[in-house]
Amino acid sequence: MSDYDALVIGAGHNGLTNAAYLAKAGLNVVVLEKNDYIGGAAVSRELEKGWTYSNCSYVCSMMRQAIHRDLDLGSHGLILVPYLATINFGDGDERLIHYHDEAATHLELKRHSPHDADAMHRFQTDLSRYAMLIRKTLMRTPPDPTSFKPRDLMEFLWLAKQFWKLGEKELYEYVRFFTMSASEFLDDYFENDMIRAAMASPGIIGTALGVQSPGSSYILLHHVMGDVDGSIGAWGLARGGMGAISRAIASAAQGFGAEIRTNAGVRQVLVKDGKACGVALENGDEITANIVVSNLDAKRTFTRIMDKNDLPDGIYEKAKNFKIRGSSGKVNIALSGMPTFTHVPDNKYVNRGGQAFTGSMETMERAYDCWKRGTWSDDPFVESVIPSAWDPTVAPPGKHWMSNFVQYCPPTLADGPWTPEKRDAFGESVISKIERYSPGFRDLIVHMEVRTPHEIENEVGLTEGNIFQGELTIDQLFFNRPFPGYGQYRMPVKNMYMSGSSTHPGGGVSAVCGANSAREILMDLRKPNTVPEDDFYDE
Amino acid sequence: MNTDPRFAGERPKPSPFYPRQKELNIREAWSIWNGYKFADYYYDAEYEYFCIRNLCGTYDITPMQKYEIQGRDAEAMLNRMVTRDVTKIGLNRVAYCLWCTDDGRMIDDGTIFKLADDRFMLTCGSSCIAWLEMSAFGFDDVTVTDITDDLAALSLQGPTSFATLKRMGLEGIEAARPFDIMFFPFHGETLMVSRTGFTGDLGYELWIPPALALDLWDELYAAGEDYGIQPYGEAATNMARLEAGFIMPAMEFNEALRTVNFEHDQTPFELNLGWLVDFKKPHFSGRAALLNEKQRGSRYTLTKLDIEGNRPAEGAWIYTNKRCTKHIGYVTSAMWSPAVKANIALAMIETKHLDGELWAEIYYEKELRHYGRVAKCIKKDKPFWTHARARQTPPADY
Repeated sequence: MSDYDALVIGAGHNGLTNAAYLAKAGLNVVVLEKNDYIGGAAVSRELEKGWTYSNCSYVCSMMRQAIHRDLDLGSHGLILVPYLATINFGDGDERLIHYHDEAATHLELKRHSPHDADAMHRFQTDLSRYAMLIRKTLMRTPPDPTSFKPRDLMEFLWLAKQFWKLGEKELYEYVRFFTMSASEFLDDYFENDMIRAAMASPGIIGTALGVQSPGSSYILLHHVMGDVDGSIGAWGLARGGMGAISRAIASAAQGFGAEIRTNAGVRQVLVKDGKACGVALENGDEITANIVVSNLDAKRTFTRIMDKNDLPDGIYEKAKNFKIRGSSGKVNIALSGMPTFTHVPDNKYVNRGGQAFTGSMETMERAYDCWKRGTWSDDPFVESVIPSAWDPTVAPPGKHWMSNFVQYCPPTLADGPWTPEKRDAFGESVISKIERYSPGFRDLIVHMEVRTPHEIENEVGLTEGNIFQGELTIDQLFFNRPFPGYGQYRMPVKNMYMSGSSTHPGGGVSAVCGANSAREILMDLRKPNTVPEDDFYDE
Repeated sequence: MNTDPRFAGERPKPSPFYPRQKELNIREAWSIWNGYKFADYYYDAEYEYFCIRNLCGTYDITPMQKYEIQGRDAEAMLNRMVTRDVTKIGLNRVAYCLWCTDDGRMIDDGTIFKLADDRFMLTCGSSCIAWLEMSAFGFDDVTVTDITDDLAALSLQGPTSFATLKRMGLEGIEAARPFDIMFFPFHGETLMVSRTGFTGDLGYELWIPPALALDLWDELYAAGEDYGIQPYGEAATNMARLEAGFIMPAMEFNEALRTVNFEHDQTPFELNLGWLVDFKKPHFSGRAALLNEKQRGSRYTLTKLDIEGNRPAEGAWIYTNKRCTKHIGYVTSAMWSPAVKANIALAMIETKHLDGELWAEIYYEKELRHYGRVAKCIKKDKPFWTHARARQTPPADY
């Protein structure tokens, strides 16, 4: 007799979602979290009194509405607020503002390039078409291409039908799109370098690719296929920070009877007769369960908390070579006031959006070159947002905090391991970059949290600090995610499953991986499915 | 504003807050309410809706009709007119009320402010001076005065509304319970503040002589700067009130005195407002008809629906089955609720079919092509959206 029907390793938002749906089906579920707080990379913590950072992930768009609605996360305190605008900062004094209003944005683009202002319509149309197709696959389990099971064949037929609807010409374009670089993709549309840089930046966020690297165009799509209240490509913030998402899901899970244990790091998954049967905790305790779900990334799961001898041949090697390269840093800064930026109007709506220090295509590629050489750039690409500009709960009135996502930051340095001094020097590169556009910025700083891949790996548990739990390149997507043959959430050891972003559809605070995984588990247990279908098929 | 005198008679009149509003109405999105120029939205309806749920916002309620009812018989007269027991309203308290024709058909809803034992203020959506005067007939000591143009009013709603008023220096505001009225000295006059609103959220309504309207606006906006204060218009109000399950004239009900077709108006019971009808008090307009309706049951019931899918069921018909063979009602208001993440609607449905299945026939457009969808509806008893902060005293800062 096991202690639990199911056990989930890691209280990230996907693990919590998985537990919520298993508990909703009546299973006795426990979630084990190594930290003394939950949330994984969807977490909000008060490190300086009065300021609540979203320490890792910072904006939200991928969160599936169907799950939000089905778990009634609103009643558990979650509210997602779309943000209004984005300012792109050029290398010099040029600025490009994406206003909330489409017509205003068109005029702004026209100021830079009348050609590109028009091309933007075509670009958005094509991207929406791609996004709509991929959105339909999110809450479905990828079919196994080598299987002749009716379910897999039916799923392939369904997929073929979706692709067929694109039309022949677009079908070719779509296939081409997956292998292109963001730069090549954008060449089809834009002539202005600043606009190209602005549009290319989602193609490199979180990935160890550059704007010129093949595959970065898909990353671009991955970042625009979400939505806020049906507005595809829109981004929002969670009131109270990203941790509010994890807290709401945890509260829903607990409402269904799931148990959540913090300070319960898992040392080893226990396997008996080829079946997962529980875990040994770092403190020596053993917990048994009929189902073991790992919400950790694939590399960590199979190389850190599992015994190589418990795995079928080749899995350890696959996991070891799983592409999960750290590429990003995060600098969270508490500010005593609202920073002002040069050559940007004092427009409070624009200030309630994001700042993207994109510079030019060249700047971004140079920053990538530094990463390849094992160092950070003194002119990094920084994507920022000031959540306190509209979230009254995350900073004292009149005070602010700025989330800065930095691309690139290497997981290991050419000149030896990360040290606190090197970490601070990396943080300094970000401050001086912002200071260039916001004189006096430095004087506003009250507190700072600098996170390199080293900190992200050690605190959050993401291998190399890779925010997606594994690169989103085509060799690691869909039925290939995390490994070919294991794209359906079931792992090589019986009774073991994965629920994190290492599985389809990949990184982002979407809650989809956890929900899809729960659906597969319930199917294997012959329990009624508690996971909703996606709600947006008629969009 | 256009000033050509030839068209003066047709032009909407500016609210006392207009000089500030026109600067903030970036989109020039105006409509008209009771003759006042009045914002649909200022920047973006959805953003303003989120200000109500996340920060705070102001909504100009100056165009709302306001009447002062004064005299020894004021209470008796109002009690004879509205369905609720006015004698139970405490001093400096507000009560939501409605009033009906003798046939029990709803004329309008509004709020009654008890300002003294012999002085009340009644507010409502559209002009009703004739009905008030008719209702005063036979009472010796009661006068009805239209004070709409003599009192500027601003609704301040949202989680940071309390913090904003506190920072503005309204000492003691933390003690205001829902439906309380408080008075504060303001530039030699009196600022009346009621903890009322039309959003279901924490909120207040501020009442001030028009000459001080701009001073109030400026002080409020200075205090609210760090709390994200933003003006909002009709569009955001309509979203918030629907989430809260509140009814809107010309959406959920057609005013009885403006209804041409037989029984195309509504009764309080049909609108699910039976709790506002008090049969224990002495006679009031519509009592006999309403008592009769209560005993035999209402033909329609306004019902809250959670509808599958994400297409708002605007104007949809309601059926008993998916094949849409038996039509039993119609949707009055519908929207996608960003806070609840649900496809919500209010619908008038034949009471006898309420316990069966409910299906909405929804039509929508996609790139000029029209599509239809029949969606299952789930009946909801509680408001779609509520928050504890709306009821807490003292409220939190956000």
